[in-house]
Amino acid sequence: MRHLLEAAHLSREEIRSIFDTARAFGPKIRNDESIPLLQGKAIVNLFYENSTRTRSSFEVAIRKLGGVAMNFAASTSSAAKGETLIDTARNLEAMRPHAIVVRHASAGSPYFLTKYVSVPVINAGDGFHEHPTQGLLDALTIEEKLGTLEGKRVVILGDIAHSRVARSNIHILKKLGASVAVCAPPTLLPPKPETLGVDYAYRPEELLPDADVVMALRIQLERQNRMQIPSIREYSAFWGMNQARAALLKPGCIILHPGPINRGVELDTELADGPRSVILDQVANGVLIRMAVLAKLVVPEATAEWLKKNGGNRA
Amino acid sequence: MKKSILIHSGIVIDPMSRLHAPKDLLIEDGKITAIDDPGKIPHTKAQTLIDARGGWITPGLIDLHVHLREPGLEYKETIASGTKAAVAGGFTGVACMANTSPVNDSPYVTAFIREKAKATAACRVHIVGAVTKGLKGEELAEIGSMVNEGIVAISDDGMPVMNSYLMRKAMDYARAFGIPIISHAEDANLVGQGVMNESALSNELGLRGIPAAAEEIIVAREIALCRLTRTPVHIQHISAEVSVEHIKRAKDQGLPVTAEASPHHLTLTEDCVREYDTHFKMSPPLRTERDVEALRQGLKDGTIDAIATDHAPHNVIDKAVEFSEASNGVIGLQTAVPVTLTLVHEKILSPLAFIRSLTEAPARLLKLETGRLKIGGVADVTVMHPDLEWEFVQTDNLSKSVNSPFFGKKWKGKILATVVGGEVKYRSES
Repeated sequence: MRHLLEAAHLSREEIRSIFDTARAFGPKIRNDESIPLLQGKAIVNLFYENSTRTRSSFEVAIRKLGGVAMNFAASTSSAAKGETLIDTARNLEAMRPHAIVVRHASAGSPYFLTKYVSVPVINAGDGFHEHPTQGLLDALTIEEKLGTLEGKRVVILGDIAHSRVARSNIHILKKLGASVAVCAPPTLLPPKPETLGVDYAYRPEELLPDADVVMALRIQLERQNRMQIPSIREYSAFWGMNQARAALLKPGCIILHPGPINRGVELDTELADGPRSVILDQVANGVLIRMAVLAKLVVPEATAEWLKKNGGNRA
Repeated sequence: MKKSILIHSGIVIDPMSRLHAPKDLLIEDGKITAIDDPGKIPHTKAQTLIDARGGWITPGLIDLHVHLREPGLEYKETIASGTKAAVAGGFTGVACMANTSPVNDSPYVTAFIREKAKATAACRVHIVGAVTKGLKGEELAEIGSMVNEGIVAISDDGMPVMNSYLMRKAMDYARAFGIPIISHAEDANLVGQGVMNESALSNELGLRGIPAAAEEIIVAREIALCRLTRTPVHIQHISAEVSVEHIKRAKDQGLPVTAEASPHHLTLTEDCVREYDTHFKMSPPLRTERDVEALRQGLKDGTIDAIATDHAPHNVIDKAVEFSEASNGVIGLQTAVPVTLTLVHEKILSPLAFIRSLTEAPARLLKLETGRLKIGGVADVTVMHPDLEWEFVQTDNLSKSVNSPFFGKKWKGKILATVVGGEVKYRSES
């Protein structure tokens, strides 16, 4: 594995290996012990889209591994001055970083970057295409809570058409043995959703009773197109996770959300803060997954060595 | 004692069961309880007798396209007056369009119409919601919330959705709620300020024309979007020959496309406009002999599924003005049957096909329980005499508006009685 561009190309073994690494990091991080695998390494966070959570998560992951995070945000960087992505990539390359984490509104941008830089590129979200570390951290969280993904039913509810989170999750969850169903108004489903290898329904009531996991996605208020849904009120009335819909769920069913939550729109406060919610576990696992991905891509031998010493058996 | 009605001595025509035979029909407590050979059901079983001698006993007629104008435009029509005209015309159900004031684009307006209909309507009112907020063609209306309050379809009738992306999304969205989308198919830009069919006659009269292409374009677009989304699409009041060809091809390909034609487009041509009489100003406009012939053939071969009136009441102040300024549309509930029965008399349509276009076809589109005669089913029944001659005069008119092009002519065919849910809501005096 040279880059992490898309979950679609990850093998089951690669996913397992990332999980094992993340799990091995877990106790150390909780005990505040240092894992200096990226000592002396510089990682570029190149964010062409606003992000607080993902960028911070990568930044924390880099620092916990002893590395240096260099943040480039589109609004303050040369992109705002009209520099092309190629030129930015070549300039960054000249600064000799050890990896580039990139988020961009255009699907395929991270792949494009790999053609111009020699260091590992990690996709932190490209358009509607993929957000592989999110998919990984979600799957890890589910596995942690339910023991396994084998035979589990995961229902992803929300704007599927414009969601990189949904796409990455679908690839990873299926590879780990889960069955996935997506649910949204038809206007927010991709055309022919079955081509993604998932079941789908227009109404959540059809899917919720069988769910082991419900993943509510953020409705993008900021880029909400009123040609796709009439109003937030109507979205919430028909597709929002509320107490009435939660009453349809099996006892052990858990609720995920990639954040940030629109409380009362796609997820009610009682559920976001309730016993089914594993939202904060997702955030904690996010750091571990990103540490694992960075370590394995930037210093694979040292990471394998560390795992041997620290009881990570399979990596 | 049970409330009971026996309709006897007529010919029962029920397209859904393909029944066309002399039968008597018994109604008890709002349900059809017997359909049997003449004389088999004792007259003593019924409190009310309706003699249908020489006439037809059919499922209650359903009009897919009316404007009841309430709320907001009560000076033209109300739910009470419009449905009174409906039952006098043999209709037991009407689908009312959303261009009220305020527009029926929210659950609150839908609930108002539903409650007002419950309190004042003489027949069933099937509510059609708007596709877009304010019929402006910019944002989706709260379609799901309106479905919860009782709408059975969506349409921006009168204000066609010009943005194809939005129309596609509307079709997609409607699929989640299992309702069809109903399209007034006209390219608003190509219609422009046109007021009649674009032709040699419009040149001569000095009136701005509306080319048939304005309709053909949007009919073709709706078919393309139907192919993409597979959401059922119903095309309203088609007026042009090429539209019929488009729809025929779509149906041959198995697409869920249906269409209606209005009594006026099936019987009148642009020549009627010659004296600048605003009672012949409609949207879409009356077209040529050739178009009328194509519509009739389309109805005959099943390309056109339904006859629907586009009952569009307008006050005198909306019509007694310059041609270019006058509102579009005509009333049509009380004249629909006699006007379109001419197609039966001229042997273009069989009685069964004629009744189907006013019962089974609209019921299927709107997924209604009515539109059929079924033992145990809802007793919506119409009794008509196909040959009785009469003249539609102003004193017969029950609509609040008088904008009909059909006054003062002799018609062959008359409604004898209309029964809605087992209640006699109209009975002719003769």
